[in-house]
Order: sequence, then structure tokens, then C-alpha cells
Amino acid sequence: MFGDENNIIELKSLGKSFNTSGGVVTALDDINLEIKRGEIFGIIGLSGAGKSTLVRCINYLEVPTAGSVVFMGKSLGSLKQKELREARRQMSMIFQQFNLLEQRNVIKNITFPLELIGTDKETAIKKAETLLKLVGLEDRAKAYPSQLSGGQKQRVAIARALATDPKVLLCDEATSALDPNTTKQILELLKKINREMGVTVIVITHEMAVIEAICDRVAIIDSSHIAEEGAVAKVFAEPKTEIGKQLILGEAAKNQEFTGKKLRLVFDGTSSKKPIISDLVLVCKAPVNIAFANMKEIDGKPMGQMVIELPEDETDQLRITNFLKANKVQYEEVR
Amino acid sequence: MELTQLVEMMAKGVTETLFMIFWSTFFAYIIGTPLGVILIVTDKDGIRPCKLLHDILGFLINILRSIPFIILLFLMIPVTQAMVKTVVGSIAIIPPLTASAAPYIARMIESSLKEVNKGVIEAAKSMGASTWQIIYKVLLPEARPSLLVGAAIVMTTILGYTAMAGMVGGGGLGAIAANYGYYRYELGIMVIATIILILITQIIQELWMKAANASDKRKR
Repeated sequence: MFGDENNIIELKSLGKSFNTSGGVVTALDDINLEIKRGEIFGIIGLSGAGKSTLVRCINYLEVPTAGSVVFMGKSLGSLKQKELREARRQMSMIFQQFNLLEQRNVIKNITFPLELIGTDKETAIKKAETLLKLVGLEDRAKAYPSQLSGGQKQRVAIARALATDPKVLLCDEATSALDPNTTKQILELLKKINREMGVTVIVITHEMAVIEAICDRVAIIDSSHIAEEGAVAKVFAEPKTEIGKQLILGEAAKNQEFTGKKLRLVFDGTSSKKPIISDLVLVCKAPVNIAFANMKEIDGKPMGQMVIELPEDETDQLRITNFLKANKVQYEEVR
Repeated sequence: MELTQLVEMMAKGVTETLFMIFWSTFFAYIIGTPLGVILIVTDKDGIRPCKLLHDILGFLINILRSIPFIILLFLMIPVTQAMVKTVVGSIAIIPPLTASAAPYIARMIESSLKEVNKGVIEAAKSMGASTWQIIYKVLLPEARPSLLVGAAIVMTTILGYTAMAGMVGGGGLGAIAANYGYYRYELGIMVIATIILILITQIIQELWMKAANASDKRKR
């Protein structure tokens, strides 16, 4: 009895604890997630929250100590070693440190997973060449990993991960070792692979920007638990938990210069086309300080957030909040 | 001694020394390589941890390694007799030399394989590689440069040990140096034999290091 056909992966009360010399350490506790076929699912958390353990439990590199992982209707825990290895080929993984074979050139890195299943050489090389073209590195086939930049290495790793035509691509902090520009390119590539090849992508990261850039849904993991989950636009607009607010507000939360009462405004696709702040100042005749502001496309819609510091006068404050309510701008008080 | 005689003797010594190095290294690697691989694979963070096997093997290797070669040479006499039907000559030194070098090689291989990036092994696992595939498609090829450097050290060490062949009536340059220099006070011959030994060491070392460097794809 395994639930929904639309779910490619289901995690059911998944738990993982480690026996260490200092006692039992719980890395994951009662994790329940459903990952839908064809979506890009993000898992975000601060370091030490358990993200890496979680992604390794999904493909059973780490065997969970409680609960189950159901992949395409089958519980991984019930599989024999050989079947488990077959399941892993349907569920490729890329890493923060790329993990290419240093003594093999690019093309041989990409054919590696095919070699493991005994694909004949000619077919494997043909496949690798197609994938190299997909990731835009067809001219580096004979290069060795040490001759490539970080972004190029990750492209090779992605091509290698796709060699066995997986249904799922697990990305463990895949852009964390890359500069912002390269990160953007790699994320676009992941999005393209998701849209064009229908590969379900699971992205593990500590950066909200990565989630905002490509994910459809997100789960926030905090001290071994899922704190909240939902569509990215929704979680971004109304984070329910402290950790969610902290991750979304990011650097703004650390801004200490402004000490008065502060509001975080969230603009969705419609209001961001109106000059809300200048209207606010003109209508309320009260100055506001802008402590932080940024804008991003989430799901093709422009979404903005802004932290403003209010004047001390309480009637001014009331006028401002009323104005925001009247204009249907979402806001919440932040500390 | 005439020059032709000297040259002949030295040539014979070189041939015997190379014969002993080659076969001892060959057999010692055949025994030592799987042992080194087992040590790594069964280690607690290895790909198939097995504490009992790892500890027993480690213990046996340590015991063998702590027996001085000269003692092993005598202890092995019955074994050598059974294996090569003689206890004298260059061939008789191959069994004790192999027994002495194999555990040494196991440790060398272990330390070379330990250098292989854990992430790469994890990546191979995530691609569904079996334990055996990880060993011969990831661990050994990725450690190749380090394994070649290890081989240079192993061969020069074995070369040093062959010099003790004289003790069991074996041949080689070491025996010449000992017999002529030590027992007959013919210092000249001892010096020549020693110089040739040094040259062989240098050549082995250089060749293997070159091979190691040339095979290392991490260098740009």
C-alpha cells in the first residue's frame, strides 16, 4: 500500500541517529516529506541541521535508523543489495566538491557509471558526448578534472549523474563551492534538465537564493526536524517559523543600525509594479527609513521584500499600517 | 684479478641481484596487494567495515614486519627448502625476501589507498558501484601515482635486503661485496660492488618516480 502515484519519493517518519563516543546523536527525527514527480524540491537549513544526512538517507548511502524511504513505490529498506544499487542508478547525486575521478578525463568520468553496468564502450561514449553537449563542454572531452574550473567540474559531474537516465537528481550543496555567477549558470542548467528531461531535482542548500532561483517547493529543516514546507512563493511571503524568517530575511535580520519599530513588507507580483513606498510617504506624510530591500523572481513572478523603520510617533505608525492594509501589502513586525 | 674476470663477476652479480629483486617484488606484490586492499576495505570507515578481520590481519602483518630479516632468513629455511628445493643460491633468498616484503607492501598499499578522496568513493557508491567495482575502478586507479612511488620505495628496500643473500650462500652484488671486501680484504672490489648497488638504486628510484609523475593526471 504505497500512496500517491504522483509522489516519486516519500519519506515516512524517517529518523537517523549515530552512536558516537559522546552518546547517541540524533541527526534526523520524524521527517515526513513527499516529493512529486517532475518538481524541483528544495531542502534548506543552517549547517548542522541535518540536511546532508537527509540527502544521504534518500539514496541509502546512510541507512536510516527509523522510518522508511519509498522510491517509485518501493521501500528502499526492503531491497536486496543488488536491487538497492539498481535503485541508486535511478537516483543520481552531485556534490559540493564535485567528486570527479581525478585520474580519468572528462569523457571517461561521464562513461564511468555506464561502465559499472557494463554498457558497451561505443554506446557509452556516444551517450557521454550527447551529455557533454547538453552541459556545454563538448570541447573539453579530453581534459582532466585538474584542468577545469569549479563550474566546469560541476557540469561534468552533472553530465556523469545523467548518464544512467535517472529519474531523480540529488544535489548536495552543489553550488556552495562556486562563485555567484557560476552558481547562476549551474542553477539554470539544473532547471533546464528538470524542464526538458523531466528529471525530478532535489536541492539541498543553506542559501535561500538557490531555493528562490529554481525550486517549486521547499522544506525548511531545523535541528533534525522539518520546521515548515510549502510552495516557495508562499513560504517566502509568510514564513511561519522563526528559522524560516531568519533564512528568508537573511542579512537584513542581522542589520543592527536601525533600532526603532520595524516592518517587513512583502510585495507580490501585482503590488511590486506600483510605487507603494512613495505613495506611502505622500499619503501618510510620515518619513520611513528603508533598512533593507531586495527583489527576486520566484516562479516567474517578481517578489520583493523590504524592511522599513517606522517613525516614533504612534499615530504615524497607525497611519502607515492602515495604508499598507488598504493597499493589500503583506507586512509583519520584525525585531 | 684480471679485468675480464672482474667484469664477468660483476655482470653475474648484477644479473643475480636483479633476478632476486624482480621475483621477490613480483611475489610480494601478489601477496601484499590483496592484504593492503583488505586492510582498507575492512577499516572502520572503509567500504565494508569488519573490525575482527581488520584487527587480526593488522596484528599478523605487524608481527611479520617486526621480525628482523636476517632472523627470518634462518627461520624460513625449512619453508624455503620445501618451496625451491634448496637453501643456497639466489633462488633460495626469494621466499624469505617475499615473506619479509609482503607485509611491508600491504602497509604501503594501505597508506596509498587511504589517500583516495572519500567523496569520490561516495560518488561511486551513489552510482550503484559494488564493493569490487569500487576497489578496481576507483581505489586502485585513483591511487596509481602514490602506488608507483610506493613501488620505488619497496624495490630499493628489497635491493638492500638482497645484500644479505651472501649469508645463505646466495649470490648478487651484496655477496660479492661481503666475500671479497669483508672476508678477503679486497677493498677495491667491495667499493666497485657498492657503487654498482648505488647506481641500481638510483635507476630504480628515478624510473619509478618518472612513471609516477607521468601517470598523475592531477598535475596540469
